[in-house]
Amino acid sequence: MPLPPSAGIGFKPQHAAALDNPGAVSWLEIHAENYMVEGGPRLALLAEMAQRFAISAHGVGLSIGGEDPLDSAHLARLRHLLDWLKPAQFSEHLAWSSHGGAYFNDLLPLPYTAATLDRICAHVDTVQQAIGQRMLLENPTSYLRFDDSTLSETAFLAAIVQRTGCGLLLDIENVFLSAQNLGFEARDYLSAFPLDAVGEIHLAGHAPGEDVLIDSHSAPVGDPVWALYADVIARTGPLPTLIEWDADLPEFAILQAEAARAAHILQGVPA
Amino acid sequence: MSEPAFAAAVLSDAPPPVGADRFEVYRGSVTGALTATLREAFPAVRRLVGDAFFDAMAREFLRAHPPRSPIMALYGDALPGWLARFAPLSALPWLPEVAAIEQARREATHAADAVSLDPARLAEADPDALRLAPHPSVRLLRTRYPALSIWARNAERPDLEAAPAGEVLITRPALSLQIAPAPNGTADTLAALSQGTALGDALPQGTDHAAILACLFSAGALIERPMP
Repeated sequence: MPLPPSAGIGFKPQHAAALDNPGAVSWLEIHAENYMVEGGPRLALLAEMAQRFAISAHGVGLSIGGEDPLDSAHLARLRHLLDWLKPAQFSEHLAWSSHGGAYFNDLLPLPYTAATLDRICAHVDTVQQAIGQRMLLENPTSYLRFDDSTLSETAFLAAIVQRTGCGLLLDIENVFLSAQNLGFEARDYLSAFPLDAVGEIHLAGHAPGEDVLIDSHSAPVGDPVWALYADVIARTGPLPTLIEWDADLPEFAILQAEAARAAHILQGVPA
Repeated sequence: MSEPAFAAAVLSDAPPPVGADRFEVYRGSVTGALTATLREAFPAVRRLVGDAFFDAMAREFLRAHPPRSPIMALYGDALPGWLARFAPLSALPWLPEVAAIEQARREATHAADAVSLDPARLAEADPDALRLAPHPSVRLLRTRYPALSIWARNAERPDLEAAPAGEVLITRPALSLQIAPAPNGTADTLAALSQGTALGDALPQGTDHAAILACLFSAGALIERPMP
């Protein structure tokens, strides 16, 4: 099932029953690593959901931005999962999460240089060959700047797209948070972003903060992010849009309302 | 920026290699995410030692044993053994066994699916011709302390609060997890079956064969091995 250009949510098993009446929720996203198990209730429930909804598989563990070679065992597990689930698409992050055999369960940052660009393009090529399909790469949330960066993030992403043929996942919350944390204009970033390559959008909300805002996926999408989103959609037309909420999970009706707000914008109706 | 320096600092108290104060965001989120995984994985251990102690202990553990794979469903497999050597908990010698029960339940939950042997097959087939094996979800623990009882009191399982020390059988025959005390000899029976021994020869001498078989069947612990 292809991903419809409408609203989706991150699938949580506790919402499985509520999804009998999905409202504006028309597709689901899963974290691929959560389903890299041999059997049991998780896979059984996912198989059931995949009968009813298009699924987007979102990886968090490939460490595409890392210095180490990609983990071939992990790539094989990913291929196995994608062959079984047949999701509409697969996405991963412009970040690293493993080093020297240790996995940090987090998305860690990298400088944007000619050398890191070569490395990431090689990794994206390897992933696309291993899974036999085009992948999407997601822009990160930044909390610090690297002195050795020579390219902007948008130029870096555009070069990856051009060299590997991959698509992009545009996380507008990440753009908003990076802009706040590093002191730039989110609108300037989005003007420079290669929107033609975007195959999916992420929206989320964060916990309140002062000096630094953390990408916590724990709150409703904020009004500034909705405004940026409406601007992007006005330029791109409708795109599959995920409400990403992973911590302090609300009841399903709240997620439904967030999905409905995205659906209104996608339909060209002011939210 | 050096990735090795970043990786080393994010799991230690080393000075930030980049970003000054902002580096703490990464240190905090790495520790926080791994601690959250361990909290969810070992709720009875957490209840027994208290939230604050658990989090401090988790920090020590995750720095000594960071995950070796991105699959968090089973992260923490080294915790029971580590707890046995963790000096501040030496007064709770049964705690590693409680942790082992929790880890075995996770492993059984995510093990491969298989169809358990229908006990009626024993009546209709020649028992020596039946080629049996443990179900892929079978986890058998031998406890020196009444760890199953301690776990039960911290996992809302009043039915198991009187379970004695000894063997504990954990299975997931269909989609729901089962846990029960097992008669002496169950572990040896399962070990022999997994070596390919016929059922009649797998049951150890001097044990209650009927009780072992009843335990294995009610737990769905056996499967028919496919013909080679």
